[in-house]
Amino acid sequence: MTDAGSDSGWFTSIPPDDLDAARTAIEHGSTETPADWPANALETAFAESRADYYDTLHEATTHTARAAVEAHERADDQQLIRSVRAMDDCDRTANELAERVQEWAGSLFPDAGTGIDGAREIATRESSDATERRVIELAGRVVELADEADDLREYIRQTAPSVAPNLARLAGSVLAARLIGLAGGLESLAKKPAGTIQVLGAEDALFAHLRGRAPSPKHGVIFTHEYVHGTRAEDRGSAARALAGKLAIAARGDHYRGEFNPEIEAQLEARMATIRARADADGSEDADE
Amino acid sequence: MSELPAGVERREFDGESRLSTRGEPVYGEPTDGAWRAWDARRSKLGAMIELGMATGLAGGETVLYLGAAAGTTVSHVADFAGPTYAVEFAPRPMRDLLDVAASRNRLFPLLKDARSPETYAHIVEPVDVIVQDVATRGQAAVANTNARFLNENGRLLAVIKARSEDVVAAPSDVFERELDTLRESYEILETERLEPFHDSHLGVVARPK
Repeated sequence: MTDAGSDSGWFTSIPPDDLDAARTAIEHGSTETPADWPANALETAFAESRADYYDTLHEATTHTARAAVEAHERADDQQLIRSVRAMDDCDRTANELAERVQEWAGSLFPDAGTGIDGAREIATRESSDATERRVIELAGRVVELADEADDLREYIRQTAPSVAPNLARLAGSVLAARLIGLAGGLESLAKKPAGTIQVLGAEDALFAHLRGRAPSPKHGVIFTHEYVHGTRAEDRGSAARALAGKLAIAARGDHYRGEFNPEIEAQLEARMATIRARADADGSEDADE
Repeated sequence: MSELPAGVERREFDGESRLSTRGEPVYGEPTDGAWRAWDARRSKLGAMIELGMATGLAGGETVLYLGAAAGTTVSHVADFAGPTYAVEFAPRPMRDLLDVAASRNRLFPLLKDARSPETYAHIVEPVDVIVQDVATRGQAAVANTNARFLNENGRLLAVIKARSEDVVAAPSDVFERELDTLRESYEILETERLEPFHDSHLGVVARPK
């Protein structure tokens, strides 16, 4: 029921009291131009009167919206946290096993490559004895783990924007999921000050600093954001602070309102342009000297 | 000062004369019997009416409301208008909108993207009024692509939020640019800034070309 034709309404070809069929039609149907659907529903005997039609429409639209809202609420922050942790486990284990494969395969196949790609290549080989078979099988496990990590990453890309639309837009889905994981949930992330978000994931460095043994950390996991690691070292603290400030606002918007707000990103873009302009200004001064 | 639509009245709330409609209260607004205050500070359409813009609303119209959010304004519109189609993109505010719709049986909530009218044209009938309050870039483009829903003598009541388009540009420049885009599909009848109720917002009344 994706397209019942350009001139058909949501109620065409569904029984009047089948709410689930109505939901499918409302969610997936489409047409270019509207029409006098109430009149059409009377002509096709879908409804007995306009009032009857509107009653049915009210029931169908609220049922559909409620079902979608409930589905959205099931795609919650805890599932996101589990999936990002599973992704990290798969990545780490795949890399660890790939090293083992490389070490072992190097003694059997002189042309064996390194890392996950090396394991991918070895997994496609034909074995000529029992030893080679073990190495090739092990390489196959590495490939499966690496593929599972990719699938999890893709799953996170798809779900993070519905759990936290603003955070996912600003941080990227994977970093958004990591921040939510480090805070323990979207609600607790939303309650953290920007300064805390800035150093989430740098707890060791932070406590070393608090004991007076180290300078304060400038950034935690947000280092992986291009705005931080792509900014020159002198300005990285400023960039991390600006990014963390907007991430805090984004997390609050996501938790308390759940609506996407393009303003946050635009403000961050403007602030980052100012911070990065410092490098250009210094660069031109150097050139003058 | 243009006439208030039927179903909207000015009444005294705590000694202050305010707009109000009759319906189930939804956001803790003050009530006077069956009437509940319509807060122009929380509702941009409320501000347009409060400022005396000629919205052309008479009461009882069919309405397509784009950017319904949690339903603060929609609840008042559904109180005095006829069948009201409320389009909102985000699931979180939709939960509140469903509460608003529970006591209003001619309010139809649709979890749809206002930038893609073909995804709800199989549900929404041609309407007398489009109310638009969307916080996305390209607000005028949204109004243009939804012009297909408006009856020949219909009205577009839109709010343009300068900061949704460009946070650094002067609001007046943003408004000019958006109005230019809007003129592709509409004839602009009236515009007014919504201060002091809403900063950097322009209320627009237009009719289809």
